[in-house]
Amino acid sequence: MAPDKGVQVMRAMIARRKRWDVIFAVVGLLSMLCGVVALVALIGSMAMEGVPRLSWDFFSSFPSRHADKAGILSAWVGTTLVMLVTALTAVPLGIAAGVYLEEYAAKNWITDLIEINVTNLAGVPSIIYGLLALGLFVYQLDLGQSIVAAGLTLAILILPVVIVATREAIRSIPGTIREGAFALGATKWQTVSQHVVPYSMAGILTGVIIGLSRAIGETAPIITIGALTYIAFLPDSPIKSEFPYVSFEWLSSAFTVMPIQMFNWVSRPQEAFHVNAAAAGLVLIVMTLLMNALAIFIRYHFRKRIKW
Amino acid sequence: MPQAAMGTLKAEVKDLNFYYGNYQALKSINLPVADKQITALIGPSGCGKSTFLRCFNRMHDLYAGNRYEGEIGLHPDGVNILSPKIDPIEVRMRIGMVFQKPNPFPKSIYENVAYGLRVRGVNKRRILDEKVEQALRGAALWNEVKDRLNNLAFNLSGGQQQRLCIARALATDPEIILFDEPTSALDPIATASIEELIAELKEQVTILIVTHNMQQAARVSSYTAFMHLGEVVEFGETGGIFTNPSKKQTEDYITGRYG
Repeated sequence: MAPDKGVQVMRAMIARRKRWDVIFAVVGLLSMLCGVVALVALIGSMAMEGVPRLSWDFFSSFPSRHADKAGILSAWVGTTLVMLVTALTAVPLGIAAGVYLEEYAAKNWITDLIEINVTNLAGVPSIIYGLLALGLFVYQLDLGQSIVAAGLTLAILILPVVIVATREAIRSIPGTIREGAFALGATKWQTVSQHVVPYSMAGILTGVIIGLSRAIGETAPIITIGALTYIAFLPDSPIKSEFPYVSFEWLSSAFTVMPIQMFNWVSRPQEAFHVNAAAAGLVLIVMTLLMNALAIFIRYHFRKRIKW
Repeated sequence: MPQAAMGTLKAEVKDLNFYYGNYQALKSINLPVADKQITALIGPSGCGKSTFLRCFNRMHDLYAGNRYEGEIGLHPDGVNILSPKIDPIEVRMRIGMVFQKPNPFPKSIYENVAYGLRVRGVNKRRILDEKVEQALRGAALWNEVKDRLNNLAFNLSGGQQQRLCIARALATDPEIILFDEPTSALDPIATASIEELIAELKEQVTILIVTHNMQQAARVSSYTAFMHLGEVVEFGETGGIFTNPSKKQTEDYITGRYG
């Protein structure tokens, strides 16, 4: 027996409405492919060009006039040291600022204003930070065109990202956990340092990953503060064989970083230097991935204990 | 009711008013709290019973715009715990709390119980071990968890988590423990075990319990206060309140005419 009229009308209507499911599925798939294909093509073409150039010598040689002898030693060491300064500055400052705004500061129009500003700062073009840093760090504080100046520049660049992520992460902690600590007689500092911050660490680290990944590829602000494009020496070693065994001379050393080295090579006419740039790009991507992998590993460690 | 009949008092609430900003949530509350007895606070949702309970450990101080008037005298020393001169931390070190939903910290079972002691600067392993065991035994949880003290508290069942929170409160030997609807998130079996535990605990500590479950109040408490719209409508021995309430409002609530 055929279904009656009413049911047939209903089925037709369902089929009509479900057409949109199909349409969106197709549109969505295409949108996603745009992103993925572009990225894969980019990395793929860079890899095809650059991989043959990767060798031990490439990592252990200074830049050179001869493309086949040129390497990225000063660039990867510079990037590593600059990122170290950036992370060591931006992470504690950003967490402290975020915790202060969320847990300590009074909730009024001033904190609202600060919140809006911090969020907006995350979107300011990086060259503006470069100009600020040139005036403040390089000249005013007389740090010169050094690793510490570059590290601090990138630190203020990513500070808003870390602050916003910290606040978001802290807000996601249930109030009952906070109250549980206070009810046992904990002070605000004990509650914040022993509960709120450790439990927020996964979210904070996500912000740190995003921030550092942005910083490692920044070129404009680093050029603005005067990074050199040709460096044929390494910064002073931080570890010494004589007392006091550590040295901070390297902080004031001149430097270059990976993106600048790449930019320098790309702007040369010889094809061989372009191959060098592609190889350096691959190394930069791997450095970023390694940094992210480390952060994801730590984040996993924090998150596996927490279920709200 | 005459206070002489209640024996020793642990606390006395006098003319307590409480305000959330401009909204007055509690209106001139007077209430004696008997020492080493269970006092239940019952009443319809929004009557202010949880608000009242949270005055006892100054929880309201955590949020801006809250204000107390009147006093809660804590015996035997008679300190007014609502006085602005008294640090809320001092109050919370004397009066523990168990919340509506189990709220263990994302730490090990051991560290959850030890936390109150750590806050007080106790770090000697021997003392901590002893106190943690004592508190877990007190909360009737020791036998279930003694072999996995280093496991995460989240792996326990809801009822076990709530008993862990009770152990956490017990570990610091508080003078009063506040229970804010401690079984509302639990199944009937877990509820029964928590009720049994609370009934046993009155041997060692004064208990104030908020509950929306009248049978629970009738089962565990010695004294009951019925609250409505921020006021204590009636207070007395639990038996009297449930069998022979003197106010019409109380009777209507107890017989289920509203709530």
